[in-house]
Amino acid sequence: MPALVRIVRTLRRTLVQAIPTLLGIIILNFFLLQLAPGDAADVLAGEAGSATEESVAALRARFGLDSPVLEQLATYLNNLAHFSLGFSPRYGMPVADLIAQRLPGTLTLMAVALVIAIFLGVVLGSLMATFAGRLPDRLLSVFSLLFYSIPSFWIGLMLIVFFSVKLGWLPSGGSGTIGSRLTGWPALLDTARYMVLPATSLALFYVAIYARLTRASMLEVKNQDFVRTAYAKGLTPFGVTARHVLRNALIPITTMAGMHIGGMLGGAVVVETVYSWPGLGRLAFEAVMGRDFTVLLGILLLSSLLVIIANAAVDLVHAWLDPRIGAR
Amino acid sequence: MSSTGVGALRNIPGATYAPATENEQPAGVAPTEGPAWSNVKAPDARSQQSATIAITNGRRAMRVFFANPNALFGTGFLGLVIAVALLAPVFFPDDPLSMVGRPFLWPGQDPAFPLGTDSLGRDVLSGILHGSRISLFVGLTATALGLTFGVLVGAVAGYFGGWVDDILVRLVEIFQTLPSFVLLVVLVAIAQPSATTVTLAIAVISWPTVARLTRAEFRAIREKDFVMAARSLGFGHARIIFREILPNALPPIIVTSSVMVATAILMESALSFMGLGDPNVVSWGSMIGTGRELVRTAWYLTALPGLAIVFTVLALNLIGDGLNDALNPRFSQDR
Repeated sequence: MPALVRIVRTLRRTLVQAIPTLLGIIILNFFLLQLAPGDAADVLAGEAGSATEESVAALRARFGLDSPVLEQLATYLNNLAHFSLGFSPRYGMPVADLIAQRLPGTLTLMAVALVIAIFLGVVLGSLMATFAGRLPDRLLSVFSLLFYSIPSFWIGLMLIVFFSVKLGWLPSGGSGTIGSRLTGWPALLDTARYMVLPATSLALFYVAIYARLTRASMLEVKNQDFVRTAYAKGLTPFGVTARHVLRNALIPITTMAGMHIGGMLGGAVVVETVYSWPGLGRLAFEAVMGRDFTVLLGILLLSSLLVIIANAAVDLVHAWLDPRIGAR
Repeated sequence: MSSTGVGALRNIPGATYAPATENEQPAGVAPTEGPAWSNVKAPDARSQQSATIAITNGRRAMRVFFANPNALFGTGFLGLVIAVALLAPVFFPDDPLSMVGRPFLWPGQDPAFPLGTDSLGRDVLSGILHGSRISLFVGLTATALGLTFGVLVGAVAGYFGGWVDDILVRLVEIFQTLPSFVLLVVLVAIAQPSATTVTLAIAVISWPTVARLTRAEFRAIREKDFVMAARSLGFGHARIIFREILPNALPPIIVTSSVMVATAILMESALSFMGLGDPNVVSWGSMIGTGRELVRTAWYLTALPGLAIVFTVLALNLIGDGLNDALNPRFSQDR
């Protein structure tokens, strides 16, 4: 079957499965919003400071907040269809714009963290698989378990103490030198300096997962016939590991990396709080502190959408790479 | 953080799952022994394998578990934490949130406060000992709730199949698509933070993993001869589910549960770090949250409670690893 047909088939199946999930999430989101204490009218009244019983009722009528729940659900869905997530009175701008402003920061952070995690994880995992059962393997196993047990916000703070306070090498927060007019290469370097610590704190937890996953799947591939053939051909052990074992062992890792998008978004909430990184997570934290539920639920909805897209992308990549997947 | 699928670290069949696909990817499942067709994509190949090893000899598993030094260390440390949690009110009968000494005493500076005092002059040691109570309480209760609900849903879905299964799988999929920590923050923020709401919210985000796992096991075991025999003897559904299938589906669920406690403790600490914990109880996360402002000058206020979290969670993960080796002989070969 040609690759294109496979991809189109996978895309269709993924879409058919994603739509009910998305609908479920939207409806859940709506009811969570209903459960949240206080509605938009309360917030506006509070901001205005001089609201009366009548004016709040008038506000409710104007925003349709006094209509039946199902009618409100219809309005909510209609708004979503027009890419409107509501209005945040606290920031004085539409939630969708607010999120669009912060999304790139989070995505960059997540991408860098993911690259660090996969790179370190694959290196550690290959080492563990090479020395399987011997001392280096056991030591690295315990280490990876330790990484898995460290809360990211705590390791973030410890990295700040060590690298920014004691050594003074790296900045402790923010996303760039304030007031600097750098462009091009120096600007990129400046951002990178600010990104090292948050991305590392976020990545550490996933390093553990990828290391163990790489180890398991490499050990699995190692026993297969084509590896024996490669050795029989006289290839060097390193060549076999890198070209034959590792490449085949990477498929489960790409699957997992796609699944971790949701988890990383959650991790970003905490890490961004620690490093005051201007991203979605920091926005979520501010929204919690300001009890701004429209923003909070907008973030929840959008991040779920991100997870769905990431999973679909992983599916497509797999269908493209592996002929056996689209065939079913 | 910590919101990844619980099975991610260990190769628990069925726990690893990509929400938007029904492809049975052999994600991280390493059938190191058995048939040479380890790459077969047939949906049942994997689950049947897992079902054949599901019947584990309890005594043998115990022996393997206690022969593992890591697992023993984990069990020992967890025992210590539980003892500390139970005895904290005996050693430090006063409220750990009350001011007892001079502020900013570094560890070792004053023998009366071995781990020092914080910015308000509260005893750090007392805080850490009392903090173990809320961590363990939330971790254990949330896991118990999540397990109960997840096993029930997974058992019903896997045993009955059909439209019940379809609906429940959709529900699980919705919960696994929502980024769990973001959902947790939303739930706690809406319900107002307290020990109860934090526990319930963690249970809400942790049941889907268990449900997935239980469903996979039930689907595999349901086809076994002994279930057929039970059915032909005229046993009711409830009896077949709870007396025949569930005991055989337990090993992977037990492994998952210890990791779930670890994850729940991490989540609770992250929530209280962000100021979404119970404000009336001292917790390791909240101690780090208050120490954070002073991290430049008094970093021990952040470091010490963090070490408590790391070691407790590490102990639970070591136990989980040990259980995995003991109960999944298939994977223990190369460890």
